[in-house]
Amino acid sequence: MIIAAAAFPILPALIIAPLLTVLALMLIPANRDSELKLAALVGTTITGAMSVWMLNAFDKTDAGFQFAVNRVWLEDLGLSWNLGVDGISLFLIVMTGVLFPIAILATEPHHDPKQYYIWLTLLMAGSMGVFMALDLLLFFLFFEVVLVPMYFLIGGWGHGRRIYAALKFFLYTMAGSALMLVGIVSVAFLSMDSIGELTFDVVRLADAQALSTTAQRLVFLSFALAFAVKVPLFPLHTWLPDAHTEAPTAGSVILAGVMLKLGTYGYLRFGIYLFPNAAHDLAWIFLTLGVIGIVYGAAVATMQRDLKRLVAYSSVAHLGFIVLGMFVLNTQGIQGAVLQMVNHGISTGALFILVGWIYERRHTREISELGGLQKSAPIFAAAFTLVMLSSVGLPGLNGFVGEFLILLGGFQGARWWTVIAVTGVILAALYLLWAYQRVFHGTPTGDNATMPDLRLSEGLAILPLLFLIVFLGVYPKPMLERIEPSVERLVAHVEAHVDGFESPGPEQVPAEPATADDLTETLEEAEAEAKGDDHEGDDHEEGEG
Amino acid sequence: MMLAQETEVVTPNIEWSLIWPLIILSIGAVLLVTITSLAPKTRTNAFPAWFTAACGIGAASFLPFMYRRVLDEGPSKVIADALVIDAFTIFITGVICAVVVLVALLFDSYVSREGLAGPEWYVLMLLSAAGGVLLAAADDLIVTFLGLEILSIAVYVLAALHLRREASQEAGFKYFILGALSSAIFLYGIALIYGSTGTTRISDIGRLLDRSNPAGLVPAQDASMLLLGVALLLIGFGFKVSAAPFHVWTPDVYEGSPSPVVAFMASAVKVAGFAGLLRVLVIGLGDLANDWRPLLLAMTILTLLLGSFLAVVQTNVKRMMAYSSIAHAGFMLVGTYVAGDFDIEEAINGGTSVLFYLFAYSILVVGTFATITVMGRRGDDAHDIDDYRGLSRQQPVLAACLAVLLFAQAGVPFTSGFFAKFRVIAAAAGSEAYLLAAVAMLSAAVSAFLYLRLVVSVYMADGDDEEEAPLPADVDVPPVAMLVIGIATVTTLVFGILPDLGGNFLREAASSLLIG
Repeated sequence: MIIAAAAFPILPALIIAPLLTVLALMLIPANRDSELKLAALVGTTITGAMSVWMLNAFDKTDAGFQFAVNRVWLEDLGLSWNLGVDGISLFLIVMTGVLFPIAILATEPHHDPKQYYIWLTLLMAGSMGVFMALDLLLFFLFFEVVLVPMYFLIGGWGHGRRIYAALKFFLYTMAGSALMLVGIVSVAFLSMDSIGELTFDVVRLADAQALSTTAQRLVFLSFALAFAVKVPLFPLHTWLPDAHTEAPTAGSVILAGVMLKLGTYGYLRFGIYLFPNAAHDLAWIFLTLGVIGIVYGAAVATMQRDLKRLVAYSSVAHLGFIVLGMFVLNTQGIQGAVLQMVNHGISTGALFILVGWIYERRHTREISELGGLQKSAPIFAAAFTLVMLSSVGLPGLNGFVGEFLILLGGFQGARWWTVIAVTGVILAALYLLWAYQRVFHGTPTGDNATMPDLRLSEGLAILPLLFLIVFLGVYPKPMLERIEPSVERLVAHVEAHVDGFESPGPEQVPAEPATADDLTETLEEAEAEAKGDDHEGDDHEEGEG
Repeated sequence: MMLAQETEVVTPNIEWSLIWPLIILSIGAVLLVTITSLAPKTRTNAFPAWFTAACGIGAASFLPFMYRRVLDEGPSKVIADALVIDAFTIFITGVICAVVVLVALLFDSYVSREGLAGPEWYVLMLLSAAGGVLLAAADDLIVTFLGLEILSIAVYVLAALHLRREASQEAGFKYFILGALSSAIFLYGIALIYGSTGTTRISDIGRLLDRSNPAGLVPAQDASMLLLGVALLLIGFGFKVSAAPFHVWTPDVYEGSPSPVVAFMASAVKVAGFAGLLRVLVIGLGDLANDWRPLLLAMTILTLLLGSFLAVVQTNVKRMMAYSSIAHAGFMLVGTYVAGDFDIEEAINGGTSVLFYLFAYSILVVGTFATITVMGRRGDDAHDIDDYRGLSRQQPVLAACLAVLLFAQAGVPFTSGFFAKFRVIAAAAGSEAYLLAAVAMLSAAVSAFLYLRLVVSVYMADGDDEEEAPLPADVDVPPVAMLVIGIATVTTLVFGILPDLGGNFLREAASSLLIG
């Protein structure tokens, strides 16, 4: 098996393939728009295909790190190219592989296509690296370096106050992660005595658990601050609406789908794994901030007049759910959180693409300027309905499974927080359905009446996401069974290192939500209530599905 | 009788093979003056630039042999033990020579553009570089002072050498007044140390103050004199490396001086200054670390914070870079602080981090100021941030290089700038100076804003309001200047991907300083 894994270094290949694409793009003259797009598309699709191949080759019974690669990089400082994948990072890598080609296919830059595609493919290489780095410092390198392409994408191809948004995005993240570097170096030095050498290897550091309680808390907080900016957690979220709204469509898709996950993934892989004691002791802070995010994000989203900003604020709420699930510290909660990271990437990515298309057609995102689009663009409306309902968390679609598991886990471990969080589910139905109603219902007037429907190429771009939304909603088992061993291993790690801590709730997770009919019903009722008289959306969903 | 006596006068035994770099730099300067006066034609063509570059390369070409000898036989002392030739000296000499070569090439296009062609630029720079090498190698406070003066006086003149710019005259004058003041303070410090220890030899002072040698301790009544001397030395070096609160000259001088001269000031002068500081503090006063470290700590924190926060409000690119160079000096001071750790391992890490930072920053800053030189256009005063607007459309390659250099200064990964910062932070954490590490990273995050502002101007010309204001006039990029910028950019990236290149040499240099 070791030989088989060594046969093809899939993980480095996932980083190198986009880099080779960058080289190819550099050689193509700047005025050959279609060739540039084709090259970027082919390069990212090959990378995506490789990530899917890896999904297939992944051993679902193994909870540890697979396809591992370890090369020394900077010897006297213990830095190495240490890459590996487990059930937690697997789907994030695949999602990265899938979202990039779609984001490239779905939209065109309005100027300088060459630079645009170079930045996007560079961003892909960096994002791949973040999710597979098992060396703390290597992770930090990737974590920081992805800021540069995204900064150029927002600043160069964005809308409105794009420069302000790009600067704010870069500086918030950079300032947040400044202390993390100190934390990373500190944890390596403080563990040096018990490990015997200076290393940034996450697994060895996590096994050593050499830090005193105070040191562990401080270092954990330095990590947590960086991730909290990235997630973003209330009250550090203010960069997000600006960056999302002003970014070009592809930028928003990647920002929401991939880059926000750097924060939540960071909490799981580095925060909780390296510092179980501190994570357990301080979990209440993150539970509280997560729940505030859920309610606040939803409430603010309801008030938005700009459709893209509404989607942006919905991300704050969704990410709040993920944080809640993680810090319950039981299998269901964390599993739901991992699932929800992927789901949010798919749904919100698709929503941003659709909103981007509306903007391309109508040159406005003001909800009040839009209306009756369902009449002029019925297929478009159907696709939008499906995506929107997935974001709401309708049973049978992907969003439900993750949210349900989080609430299930949360109810066992953090009951009162979860009770408040449930209101977020209702609010989500409120703001999304209300927005849908204002944009798509009624009689179209003016330009709205002549809005062109979904083109074939656009349909092809969005179809994989629609398929995933339905597939993962109906049959999440293949995903859950790959995530579960690694999550259980993480929970066992926390239990082993935190005195007297026993992960709340039963050990076994129901792979299908069928065992908890009562909660399902409550959710459905709540949604039905919130929807009120609006059932037309459902019809379209059925038509599409 | 008298004659016989005179023949017996002992002249110091000079090991010529170990001081070739010093000789080539200083003789090169004299030769250049002579040649250009005898053949007036060579005054205005590219000869002085290539001659100077050749001197730099020639001086550097002796370093590998010297290094091999140091590895085989250990460090040696030359010229009556006044100079130490060890891996540290060789490293610093190498960096200074590299800067001399790059800046010489930069001068060429600059002086012809400004109509100021002449050998004096090159002669002064060679002399100043020789002073820097002397300063790095000095094992005697008097020689340190000599090096410092040779280094500085040439640069005072260079700063004022743009004859038609009033700002340049003003900068030279300001630099001279404050520099002379700091030299006086420095010299007073030497006098006080001599008064309390009875010697100016740095290694002897180190032995006298050795904690493990009670007989060697300075008598208590002299201790306060000694400490005052140490403080005055710190102030003197503080001026040279522009550490707060002795940094106030930096923005004015950087703004007014000819841009390529600033490239030299920010790199070679700083390198030599830090080399001297490290030698004096670590070798001479290493065992007094508990006394000078609090002082250095305060200076470091102040430097980091002032450098980054004041940079943010500037709109003149040269002033911005001046404050940024102050913030960078803060980082190097963090490493210097760690080099004073009594734990030798930690101290070596600290020393290594300073040396790597010096090298990485020198290359970065020469590249940046080379770009600034080009962007200054004829007259050397188009330095407003708006003069960089739309550069990416007019000169995409130059813009890309500038972006790489700026991101590297901000400490973005996969550039040498990141590993420079990382080594400093790692050294600080290793010696449990967490506060310093945290302040340094905060300062880095704040300074990122200033680099980003410049990148915005270069790449996102049309601004948020989508108003197409007329772009500034196109710039003329001389190929030689582009070569300098290219070398700096490639080096920055190579050391960002292969940070351990020459790592053994680096560690050897740091440990030769700390262990001897």
